[in-house]
Amino acid sequence: MTTFFEDYLTVAVFAGLGAVLVAALLGLATVLRPANPTKVKNMTYECGVDPVGSGWSQSYVRYYVYGLLFLIFDVEAVFIFPWAIKLEELGLFGLVEMLVFIGILVLGLVYAIRKGVLRWE
Amino acid sequence: MGVAQKFGVPKPVSWLLNWSRKYSLWLFQFGLACCAIELMAASGPRYDFMRFGIIPLPASPRQADLMVVAGTVTDKMAPAVRRLYEQMPDPKYVISMGSCANCGGPYWDSYSVTKGVDQLIPVDVYVPGCPPRPEALIEGIVLLQKKIQGEDIKTKWNERDVQPV
Repeated sequence: MTTFFEDYLTVAVFAGLGAVLVAALLGLATVLRPANPTKVKNMTYECGVDPVGSGWSQSYVRYYVYGLLFLIFDVEAVFIFPWAIKLEELGLFGLVEMLVFIGILVLGLVYAIRKGVLRWE
Repeated sequence: MGVAQKFGVPKPVSWLLNWSRKYSLWLFQFGLACCAIELMAASGPRYDFMRFGIIPLPASPRQADLMVVAGTVTDKMAPAVRRLYEQMPDPKYVISMGSCANCGGPYWDSYSVTKGVDQLIPVDVYVPGCPPRPEALIEGIVLLQKKIQGEDIKTKWNERDVQPV
């Protein structure tokens, strides 16, 4: 057997051992643990009050777009803070550079507004 | 499944399981009144019940082994206490902390207070006091650990929840 296949044999042995380990531990737990399922125990956990609806609830897809827009400006803030600390060293070049960056993001915001993303109807 | 639950296990295995369970109790806290402050103090660095293997504040009762009812249980709160107890996985233990949870305490003639949490759920250890000091709670925990160590797995794990009064 070539070394190439021997390398893969190691992977196979590891994968096999991993599978055996998981099966053994879960099996041992199944044997040892008590099983007393009740209706209340399987109920959705809502801090003790009656759950409303099922665990699979839907939310508006609009929140996703809002989230995306928020994320862009959140990341912008992350860039601005270290930039603000080093602004004196960077000088005019840094200022212009950041204005270009913000300008691009503002263009994106304008595009989103024109698309009607921020209108909630 | 639960083979151990049906047929029991040999003494050494039972001892090992009890021993490992008693030193890793996740504590689900019911901080209902001033006893909760003492409970918090007990979990803090000065009293530090984590050295007894008590792990505070699981995210939900489904991860908890031990419920500490610390404070006044009102009749309005009672269904929630009962339900959250039932949502804990077996085997589970309850410490009733303070006079209010034990028997109603100073609210013994109140119209709204449940006179003892043992009317709702089975209690393993009662800690007296109003409120009990953290040392008292820690003694209760040590007593519970002694109780867990002496348990027979087959008996304990087949125990069904008592119905509320």
